[in-house]
Amino acid sequence: MIASVRLEDLAVERGGRMLFQGLTAAVGTGEALAVTGPNGAGKTSLLRAIAGLLAPAAGRIVFEGPEDAGEARRGGLHLIGHQDGLKGARTAREELLFQARWGGGNDPAALAAAERLGLTRQLDLATRRLSAGQKRRLALARLLAAPRPLWLLDEPLSPLDAAGRVLMSEILSQHLAGGGLVIAAAHDPLPVATRRLEIGA
Amino acid sequence: MRPLAVLFRREVSLAWGRGGGPLLAVGFLIAAVTLFPLALGPAPGPLAAVAAGVAFVVLALATLLTLERLFERDFEDGALDLLALGVPPLEAVCAVKVLASWLVVGAPLALAAPVAAIALGEPLAAAPMIFVTTLLAGLAFAFVGGAGAALSLASRRGGALLAVIVLPLIIPPVIFGGAAIGAFAGGLEWRTGLALLAAYALAAAALTPFAMAAACRNALG
Repeated sequence: MIASVRLEDLAVERGGRMLFQGLTAAVGTGEALAVTGPNGAGKTSLLRAIAGLLAPAAGRIVFEGPEDAGEARRGGLHLIGHQDGLKGARTAREELLFQARWGGGNDPAALAAAERLGLTRQLDLATRRLSAGQKRRLALARLLAAPRPLWLLDEPLSPLDAAGRVLMSEILSQHLAGGGLVIAAAHDPLPVATRRLEIGA
Repeated sequence: MRPLAVLFRREVSLAWGRGGGPLLAVGFLIAAVTLFPLALGPAPGPLAAVAAGVAFVVLALATLLTLERLFERDFEDGALDLLALGVPPLEAVCAVKVLASWLVVGAPLALAAPVAAIALGEPLAAAPMIFVTTLLAGLAFAFVGGAGAALSLASRRGGALLAVIVLPLIIPPVIFGGAAIGAFAGGLEWRTGLALLAAYALAAAALTPFAMAAACRNALG
């Protein structure tokens, strides 16, 4: 279980351009951090750096808890990005069950997550026939289907309708109340109490 | 192990559709082999001499065609992020993807290759040997081709780059496999060629997953 994530004097570079530097922040259990900033400020890159997919140009990302950073990342976090990672030709059910099982969850939890996110009727459709909001709901279902402490969410609300946003605020609150951590890139304010981290200003 | 078994099942089901799956690969093999009698003339002598070699080269090309999109689709739709953040290491993920592709496409190609070689005039008795060598060579092609597919991930025109990276690396299995079939058909010592082919396939299976994983991390970062 990850107890906290600290960013120490972090700098991230993409394609020879420094996106941000000297970034310091910390998130502990039960806390949410909203990363804000203009387009291209490096919000997505920051999330990918925390996930370990991108090496920072300088500084450190420290995971506190019983596991080391490698273990904390492998199996300790969910990254929901702009791309939902869904194969268009496969049905929503196949993709959901794969994502849940791959993340260490089980089938009943995956189907319960689909029900909670209002996807039960769409489960037998090919994912290419789902709307953007439905695809996002399907990707978000793996947060519930395979519980992991740290959620890295990249604009999680953007394609969701009003009901979806209310639902997401409940899901986020529950995760935080259960000792989870959330770091989200967001233009819209998140529907839960957050600390804000402004980058690229 | 359980997540890897789950991944294997998904990869097998995806490989049925990727690049047309096994039917298209086998169809390509048959169509390409059919060109040789048309180009070289129907006289049985010259055709029989090159039959096993033709089957091998066409097998290599068919494998390359099916491997082109092995990582690209997952990279483009974001599924590679998901796979990279799983509990099993990325090296194991890459090996599982290649093995699934070998099972779905390589094995049917190994079944079709003896038929193609016999149609060109290879003796019927050589069929089991052609099956075994093309199965092993298919394994080597799949792992080496997988490394090429991962290396060409972030570049446009991945297909041509893949061929340039991979073709030099599949020369040894082509030589060993062709030699084993030739020796077997001629009643000579064939075990050496087969052992070298198996060694190459196993070395590729053991080493290339590290290259694939490193190339995937590089493309993601």
